[in-house]
Amino acid sequence: MSTIQPNIEQPVSEEMALVRRAKRGDDQAFEELVRRYDRNVFRIAQHITQNREDAEDVVQEAFLKAYSNLEKFQEQSKFYTWLVRIAVNEALMKLRRRKPERTVSLDEEVKTEDDSLPREVADWSPNPEQMYNQAELRDILTRTIQGLPPGFRTVFVLRDVEGLSTEETAQALELSIPAVKSRLLRARLQLRERLNHFFQKRASGDGHQ
Amino acid sequence: MKCSEFLNELTNYLDGVLDDRTKSDLDDHLAWCHNCYVVCDTTRKTIEIYRNSELYELPDDLRVRLRAAIMTKCSEHKKSDRQNR
Repeated sequence: MSTIQPNIEQPVSEEMALVRRAKRGDDQAFEELVRRYDRNVFRIAQHITQNREDAEDVVQEAFLKAYSNLEKFQEQSKFYTWLVRIAVNEALMKLRRRKPERTVSLDEEVKTEDDSLPREVADWSPNPEQMYNQAELRDILTRTIQGLPPGFRTVFVLRDVEGLSTEETAQALELSIPAVKSRLLRARLQLRERLNHFFQKRASGDGHQ
Repeated sequence: MKCSEFLNELTNYLDGVLDDRTKSDLDDHLAWCHNCYVVCDTTRKTIEIYRNSELYELPDDLRVRLRAAIMTKCSEHKKSDRQNR
């Protein structure tokens, strides 16, 4: 049995209103969109390219591309998801240029299943972040996430750092939902495994002066 | 439930997107399997640590510079686009 849905006009979100103004040539509206998402795009770009200059370029190129293709944006997804998709593609292109010896693709098959299986199981200290000073912690986290294959790293960053939903991540990366879920699981488990070494409860001498 | 089955559902479990029945099976498993409990707990911490880490924040001065560059490029694009029409 099907019901006929009344044709209710959806209220246009405040953001979609900005996008429409930008589409009509209002550059101030576009600048507001830049202001909203430049930090996110920068973070994503830096996580993928692992290089500050490349990330700066990606931010500029992604927004310029969004600007010049704005009329092609169909409004079927959020503007942010569409922008992330552009930014991820730009970032992957940079990465390919920088590391031509390795094919970089979100579809790359990842070695073996075993990579993600927990090998080391140990309780962590209750406040692992407090075991290190800020600079040390930053260094540990950066090096650890950089060790993940780009396809895993990107899914983890979009889902767990930027907070996109599974569906939005799938849209932004042009992956299926099961592919996003499987990569996310492996990314999380691999990061956990690698962080084990730094955050395990220490057997003795911990906390004593 | 085997540990491998638990692991397969770990992401859904942490994201809270399971139906009640599956969730309660996983909770039962966690109640007696210490290894899975630790893996689950440390994976949750891994996510939280990264979420709170503020790696790669965009510094204010760079932000201003980038935005200016973006808007300049956009207005050049608009001009050349008009000339080509």
